[in-house]
This record gives sequence, C-alpha cells and structure tokens, in this order.
Amino acid sequence: MLDEIFTASVFAATIRLATPYLFAALGEMYAQRSGLLNLGVDGIMLVGSFAGFYQVYQGGSLLEGVIAAMFVGALMGLAMAFISVTLKAEQGISGIGLYLFGLGMSELLFQSLLGTPRTVSGFPDIYIPGLSDIQFLGIGQIFFQHNLLVYVAFALVPISAFILNKTPFGLNIRAVGQMPAAADAMGVSVSRVRYITSTIGGAMAGLAGASLSIALIGAYQQNLTSGMGFIAVALVYFGAWRPYGVMAGALLFSFVNALQLQINVIGFDIPTEFTVMAPPIITILALVITSKSKEKPTELTKPFERGT
Amino acid sequence: MGQGMALQFKHLHMNGIVKQFPGVLACDHVDFDVQAGEIHALLGENGAGKSTLMKILYGLYRHDEGEILLNDEPLNASSPTDTIARGVGMIHQHFMLVPSLTVVENIALGLREEPADASFISRLRSRSVLDLGRIRKKLVELSETYNLRVNPDSPIWQLSVGEQQRVEILRALYKGSELLILDEPTAVLTPQEVDDLFLILRQMADDGRGLIFISHKLHEVINLTHRITVLRDGCRVGSIATQDATKEILAEMMVGRPVVFQYDQDAAKRGPVRLSMQNVESVSDRGTPGLSGVSMEVHAGEIVGVAGVSGNGQKELAEVIAGLRVATAGSVTALDKDITNAEPAKIKSLGISYIPEERMVDGIIKDFSVAENYILRDCTTQHYAANGLFMRFNKIKDACEEAIRAYAIKTPHTSTKIKSLSGGNIQKLVLARELSSDPQIIIASQPTRGVDIGAIEYIHHRLLEERDNGKAILLISEDLDEVLLLADRILVIYEGQFVGEVDRDDVVIEEIGKMMAGSAQHEMA
Ligand SMILES: Nc1ncnc2c1ncn2[C@@H]1O[C@H](COP(=O)(O)OP(=O)(O)OP(=O)(O)O)[C@@H](O)[C@H]1O
Ligand SMILES: [Mg+2]
Repeated sequence: MLDEIFTASVFAATIRLATPYLFAALGEMYAQRSGLLNLGVDGIMLVGSFAGFYQVYQGGSLLEGVIAAMFVGALMGLAMAFISVTLKAEQGISGIGLYLFGLGMSELLFQSLLGTPRTVSGFPDIYIPGLSDIQFLGIGQIFFQHNLLVYVAFALVPISAFILNKTPFGLNIRAVGQMPAAADAMGVSVSRVRYITSTIGGAMAGLAGASLSIALIGAYQQNLTSGMGFIAVALVYFGAWRPYGVMAGALLFSFVNALQLQINVIGFDIPTEFTVMAPPIITILALVITSKSKEKPTELTKPFERGT
Repeated sequence: MGQGMALQFKHLHMNGIVKQFPGVLACDHVDFDVQAGEIHALLGENGAGKSTLMKILYGLYRHDEGEILLNDEPLNASSPTDTIARGVGMIHQHFMLVPSLTVVENIALGLREEPADASFISRLRSRSVLDLGRIRKKLVELSETYNLRVNPDSPIWQLSVGEQQRVEILRALYKGSELLILDEPTAVLTPQEVDDLFLILRQMADDGRGLIFISHKLHEVINLTHRITVLRDGCRVGSIATQDATKEILAEMMVGRPVVFQYDQDAAKRGPVRLSMQNVESVSDRGTPGLSGVSMEVHAGEIVGVAGVSGNGQKELAEVIAGLRVATAGSVTALDKDITNAEPAKIKSLGISYIPEERMVDGIIKDFSVAENYILRDCTTQHYAANGLFMRFNKIKDACEEAIRAYAIKTPHTSTKIKSLSGGNIQKLVLARELSSDPQIIIASQPTRGVDIGAIEYIHHRLLEERDNGKAILLISEDLDEVLLLADRILVIYEGQFVGEVDRDDVVIEEIGKMMAGSAQHEMA
C-alpha cells in the first residue's frame, strides 16, 4: 500500500509541481522583505499564464512565451507599486483589487481569444546526461528529468539568498523593510527599492503562471492557478522570509499536491477534503512558529512617509 | 584618521530659514552658522524647532525660504544622499539603525564604495557585491583611532544604547562627515559614556570638523561647546560664547523667564507602606539575570529614588511592578494586595501609574491623535465614555486641552497625530496622562529624559506635589542630580541588587558614586 503511494514518480512530481510556487513565492519574498505585501500574486499568475500561453499558441517560441508572461507580470507589479508606494493605498485592499483584476482580465481574454481550453506543446523535459540515468533510489527520475523552468526555479533559490545577503541591493531591501527611516537617512531611496522589488515580484509571478501553462500543463483553461498565488504569499511567511525556507515550504505543498494526485490514481478512498484542508492547516502552524523570526520585515504593509 | 587627510570643511551658513508645518511655524527666519573646529550648541525648549532646522540642513526636510551655504557654495540638497556626499553627517534623536542588521551591515547601508581600481570588472564588483570584509577592516581601524569599541558583527538589537550610539558615530566618521549634527546624543547615555563621548567629540573638533550639539542638559553644553545658539518657538533668540554663559542665563534665554533649579521642600510626612518588594528576581531581555533578589518599601508621602548606572536592573524593576515583566521569584505587594505577576490592567486599576522609560515604544500609539493617546488608559471610564461604550468627545477634548495647557505641550490641535510632535512634547503628554488618574502609587522611569528645563521644573513640582498629597512615589532615574534633588530616600542599584540606602540628609555624593560603580558593595550587608 505505502510503496504504491511513495513512488519515485510522486517525488518527481513533487519537484515539478514546486516550480510555480517557487517562482511566485521567491518573487513575493523580495516584495515582502522590502515591506510590500502583494496579495495579488494569483491575479498576476493568471494573466501571466494566459499571456505566455497565447504567445506560444499563436506560434511564438517558448522563450517569447516566457518573456510575454514576465512582461505583463512586471507591468502588474509596477502598478501595485504605484498604488501602494506612490498613492500609499492600503496594501491588503489593493492586492485583492489586483487579484480580481487579473482574474477578470484572464477570463475575458480567454473567452474572447480562445473560447475553449486549448493545448500547446510546452517545455520538453531535459534529461541531464549522466545524472538522469541514476537508478539508485530513483534519483535520476526524481531530480534530473525535468523541463528547463524546473531547473531555473531551483537555481533561483541560492541566487536569491546571495542577492539578499551579499549584495548592496539586498541590504537595501532588508533595511527598507525593517526601518525605512534609517535607510532614508542613509540616502537609500525607499520608494525606488519598493518599486524594484514589486516589479521583480510581478515578473516572477508572471513566470510562475507561464510555468503552469506552457511547461507543467501545456494547456490553458479558466482559473488555471486555482489559488496557488495565495498559497505562494503564505509560503513567504512559512519560509520566514528566507529563500531556503520558502523552498522547503514549496516542496511541502507540492508534495501534498503530488500525493493527492497519486491517491486519486490508485483509487484509494480518503475524502479529498482532507488533502484540501492540509495546506491551510500547515500554513497556520508555520505562522505560529515563524512569527518571531528576526528576518521579519516589521514594516510590512506600512507606507513610508518622511514628513515634508 | 583625520590627521592625515586634509579636511574640506571651512564653514556653514544657514540664512533666514523658514519652515512651515501644518499649523506650526517650526522655523521662523533662523540664522545659524558653524566654523571648522567649532562645537556649536543648539538650545531650546521642546518643539522650539531644533530637530527641524537640523533635518533641513541634512536634506531630510525642504525649507520654504532661506539659503544654506557650505564653504560659501549653495547646498541645494533634495535628500541626504546629496548632503552626505558633501560631508554632512547626522546622528538622530531616535537612532537610525536597522535592528536585525549587524554593525558592519548598517554601516554598509547606502554606502558608495570606491572600486579597488578603474577596471570595468572591479567597478561592477564594487556596485554589485557587498565587500563587508573591507568595510569591516576600515571600521576596526577607525574604532581604534577614536577608541570607539564595538563588535562589528553583532546585530544592533543586541547592543546597549551606548553601543548603538558608538555605531552611529562610527558610521558618520566612516562616511567622512566633516560637519556632524548630534541631536540629543547624550539623552540615553550613562555619565561615564557621556565623558567618553565628549573626549571623542573634542578630538573630532580638533581635527578641524564642525560639530552641532543639541542637548537639554545645560551643564553638558557649558562643559563641551564653544558657542551656543538659542531658539524659542522657531525664532532665534541669540547666540553667546560659552565662556560667558551660565545655567541661569541660558535657562532664561530658552524659557523667557528665570528658572528655579533648587526647590524648598518640607520634610516628608511618611505614612504607611504602600508598595513593597520581597526578594524579587527576574530575567532581562538578553536572558541574563535582571534582578537578583530585590527588596524594598515605599511609604505614602515619600519619594524613593533609585540611582544607578543604566542597565543595572532599573528597567526590569519598573516593569516587574507594572506587570510587564515576569518575576521569577519573590513577591510584590501594593496597597496590601499581592500583585506579583498580576495583569497590567489590574495593577493600573488598583491605582498604580507607570511612566515608562521608552515612551516612544511603550507609552504611545504613533498613529493616534494627541487626544486619543491622552485617554488611552482611561478610555472606558465613565468620565470619557458614557456607560463605557460611547465616547464623550467634548469631555475628552476639554480634558486634553487642559493637560496641554498645564504641561505647556506644543501641538497645533488635540486631533494632531502624536508622531508629528517633537520628542519632548510626546514625553510630556505621556506624563500628563499617567498623573491625571489620581494614582496612589507612581512609578516614574526617567520622567524628565529629553524634556526641556521649563518642563522639568513643572514635572518636578508635580511629583513633589503628589508626594505632599500622600502618594507613594518610586523615582527611577539615571540622572543623579535629579534623584538627589527630589528623593527623600535613595536606593542605589547595581547589577540587579540594591547595594546601598542613603537618607536625604546623609548624602555624600562621592559615596553614592562609588556604590553606583559597584565598589562599595561590602557596606550593605
Ligand atoms: N513632520 C512634522 N509634521 C508636522 N509638524 C511637525 C513635524 N515635525 C515637527 N513638527 C512640529 O514642529 C515643531 C518643532 O519640532 P522639532 O522636532 O524641531 O522640535 P525640537 O526643538 O527638536 O524639540 P525636542 O527638544 O522636543 O526634540 C513642533 O511643534 C512639532 O510639533
Ligand atoms: Mg528634537
């Protein structure tokens, strides 16, 4: 029974399914570390996944699809920055607004341009020579037989850790998220940093959408993300605002997803409600644990004002 | 450092500076200048416009009128980036350090490091990778030159305020500040730390830097500076050479009337015990022992002063009584009731007022208005809310305006957000609130820190008045002069224990000084 559930293909699916979470949550992490909470990630993912899909569906290359998705994502991230940094609007509300916009927009575009769910042939799996045939514990199948975006997503984890901890830009982000007045007094532009992180977050959410529509699934249908973007936001908390923590969270959730699929496949009878309930419960538990994190951007959701 | 480098700074002139805030003219045609090698004091009551003038100079605020000339060239700064580049540095009234970052990281923040050489690669490297090792090395050199000891790899939240101050100074030196603004740098330092700071500041002036020094402590100003400029209500009252200044002259310039520095007080009429502690122990924020077996009593009608160097358990003492910190052993009794580890709300309702040390954090809600902050603790009482439900806005406004008058709090309106008040005025409001409820016991932690002399006089009078009305007062202050002035009985605290008790009439200052430094512990037992 158990060996039917915990197969190499379940673990391979875990790795694969972590991709959209990783892109979206790592991007959101930049925004949150600088003090911006973007709840609209899911909306950006939807528009991004459509843009990427449509580009490829129209005969564009996969790379053009990725660029299209990241471009519209970046634009939406920029809009979020304008609303919450320049106009200083309440971030919780503007994020939800952005989500609803993305949901409606992707729906509208889908109805008028596609009509019914369509498919494309997405990113092919790349077998890493030498490593992909390792039989031992199924390592080859689990880690080295994935499409390009999977490798990119995991590569972004150490890259993000480097950017945050070892570059002046990362230092600015951390300072702006915890004590914008101090950053400001040292000549760091708080708005500029937040605009940049919000745009990066948007572009990565767009890429997360594309990783669904033109890599993982190779198809587009309504509400393709079904709330993954919200889980990505929670994953940032789950990971205590650290790239590796975010990765651990993404893997945990994608593992639950993969199990869910597998359990359905082998026709084992447990109520699906349980697997649907798992993510929020895990998140709440994680929030209790991480609420004391020293990395926490204490100025999250607070607009910065210098006085006049 | 400085000796080798030729400094650029010659002089700074601010002419006719005007700054209007909504409802407040913070600077009204102010002239101000600093010369190389000079330490120039800026004095004035709370809300006189000192910080505002300095924030204009540093590029944080934009002035409405007037000009700023640095070495005869206009300083048209739109942000601190421009002024930092011209060699201006500022140490703010409230420290500008990011708590989770280390000392080195805080110094690296916003820093434009010179690339090692002119090649494209090293230019790119210096912009894209943090060279903390290099910064660290330079930092260690600097801290040796100026004898500013601090561990470069500690995160800020682990440092004491004195150490944080050193980080601020190191950062200014690191950035090559030649004109340094210090906004109340001594408000939170111990006497020893103040002496150390003054040594450094004098050395910096001797190197040819210009220093602007803001403080409410007149003896410091007289002791350290060369020239003094006084502001009142946004206007410049005048400047005098420090050698011609006395406390009395300065106080009168600031307040506009003579100020009394010594009070006549009757002998305390001691009543029954109101507050007592038995062998209380607690743990500090850093996990070290905060209080190790503290016992004491405060009677009705007396002021008991706790003297000591900061960080010897004063904060823990006050917090344990107020119910904000757990007592791990022992008991606290107030008004014959056991209040050991009781809820803060219950302790307050018994008639115990607490004026916290960190008023900016524990005393107010920044985004609330002045009136809302004023009624914070009593907002459900019948007086301010009908049946505890509906706010009586007129009553609230009247009470708040009354307090504003009594304590001379400078605010345009009761509905102004409290965060736009000057530092000292925020403190006055907290004090007004805590004394307004007619408490039986008052715990006052550093009640006059950062408050101007006019207000200090008023606060002292209020505390003495409360004493004469039979209240029990515990005054915790790192300002020994204040304790000596007000307390009927002085307890000296050292490393979480009381190491001595002195009656008002038997005070020998040197003895108390020794006990504060921990060298007279044997005398207790
Ligand atoms: N950002 C702001 N918005 C509105 N009003 C302000 C602002 N900053 C300062 N003020 C007002 O300007 C006046 C001068 O304030 P400032 O902080 O310069 O006083 P200060 O002399 O430094 O006093 P303190 O000794 O209490 O620090 C005060 O009345 C204050 O309420
Ligand atoms: Mg000030």
